[in-house]
Amino acid sequence: MKAIVTVIGRDTVGIIANVCSILAQNGVNVLDISQTVMREYFTMIMLVDTAGCKVDFAALADILKKDGAEHGLDIRIQREDIFEAMHRI
Amino acid sequence: MITTNEILETIDMISQQHLDIRTITMGISLRDCGHTDVKTCCDKIYDKITKLAEKLVKTGEDIEREFGIPIVNKRISVTPIAIACECCETEDYVPFAVALDRAAKEVGVNFIGGFSALVQKGFTVGDRRLIGSIPEALAKTERVCSSVNVASTRAGINMDAVALMGRIIKKTAEITEGQGCAKLVVFANAVEDNPFMAGAFHGVGEPECVINVGVSGPGVVHSALGKCKGQPFHVVAETIKKTAFRITRMGELVAQEASRRLGVPFGIVDLSLAPTPAVGDSVADILEEMGLESVGAPGTTAALALLNDAVKKGGVMASSNVGGLSGAFIPVSEDAGMIRAAENGKLTIEKLEAMTCVCSVGLDMIALPGDTTAETISAIIADESAIGMINQKTTAVRVIPVPGMKVGDRVDFGGLLGSAPIMPVNPASPKVFIDRGGRIPAPLNSLKN
Repeated sequence: MKAIVTVIGRDTVGIIANVCSILAQNGVNVLDISQTVMREYFTMIMLVDTAGCKVDFAALADILKKDGAEHGLDIRIQREDIFEAMHRI
Repeated sequence: MITTNEILETIDMISQQHLDIRTITMGISLRDCGHTDVKTCCDKIYDKITKLAEKLVKTGEDIEREFGIPIVNKRISVTPIAIACECCETEDYVPFAVALDRAAKEVGVNFIGGFSALVQKGFTVGDRRLIGSIPEALAKTERVCSSVNVASTRAGINMDAVALMGRIIKKTAEITEGQGCAKLVVFANAVEDNPFMAGAFHGVGEPECVINVGVSGPGVVHSALGKCKGQPFHVVAETIKKTAFRITRMGELVAQEASRRLGVPFGIVDLSLAPTPAVGDSVADILEEMGLESVGAPGTTAALALLNDAVKKGGVMASSNVGGLSGAFIPVSEDAGMIRAAENGKLTIEKLEAMTCVCSVGLDMIALPGDTTAETISAIIADESAIGMINQKTTAVRVIPVPGMKVGDRVDFGGLLGSAPIMPVNPASPKVFIDRGGRIPAPLNSLKN
């Protein structure tokens, strides 16, 4: 299953490394990354494949959310379908 | 692939603009639960609901987490109890409400609708028993919602039922300090697949079990309109249509997913803009964003007509099956902007009545002085029914005559039901009019003017 991870917050050193290592530890494969800094806000969007994920989706979402809170970031993982449904006919 | 801006736009809608799925409602037929013995009948109702809806809440929560979209309510609607339990040999229908309440608590839904009767043309024995049991049923239960359909375009208005419902609303208010009336709706042209409470019931033309979804998102529409300040109305309408399309696509996705996981057919998506008391989740704010100083000002009905129509036009293409009430809701106590306007005298019941001609649903969640008579409430119901009957649309009345309160006081219903100022009612008496009883005949459907 494909999902979108979004990371939004103040830019600090090591955000990408940190999120990628959490995903790797849980068996999630990163397919694509785009990242920008808009004003002082860091915005990263990753397309990932959760087919090999070792924990269930809700648990992975909680791990990312908790880690985000510790680093002052808003980290979400959502199934790709929701964005497809909203923006593509 | 979806672009960064599109992803961020969606996240912004959810996190900043209160976009959510308002309700996943499972409709359950109770037509096979009738029995002459009360206890057996109650057991059959309880067993069927708890079996079919066992995984409803968990499935809703799973979808919520995976898609990252809040699903605020998981609810159940059932066959009108006056039909389902009519063969039962009892005068007292309160035990059925208690069974529904127990089942709702067991499966974890916050409301269950269907303590209902359809009496637009007349009463059956079961209809009279159910309506007579409404006040006590609402006093003894926490999650049961009740509705009575008293009029339709094809049948006219049952004025005996209108008179009776005025008295039932008063009695309900007296024994529940007003709170029970927040769960009691009087309809004209009630729909059979409405997922929204308090008026949801599972109509007799519906399948055994079905999933209906109600979307929401006044905040998203408000935010989108904020970007077209000063633009002409066709731009406003186009903006609302596009936004409604996106909101509804979300509803369709969730509905299909819930239907698949629960193994229950997908019924409809209800395209309603349902406000909540939260700041930024208000239909009144949308109308004010169009340029009105306050909701209730001259121009409000036109603004609401545009909004209601554009939401439908945008939403219809986004879903394979649209149904339910589908329109903008204007519940006073559940909308921060409506509360504000009612408190400062800019929004009156008469203006709200005019607004109900062009939107779904009716005079909704309006708190009245405690000394409002049953006849006045009946007459308000008659007026709303007339609007529904003539315009071939659903209208409803959910008013709360709060015992001991007067104009200027404020009543709190808690949670999504919000709080409301007591609104003034025209003091002239309609008693002689209501005392006539009988039926107002069905209207002509041609020579329209």
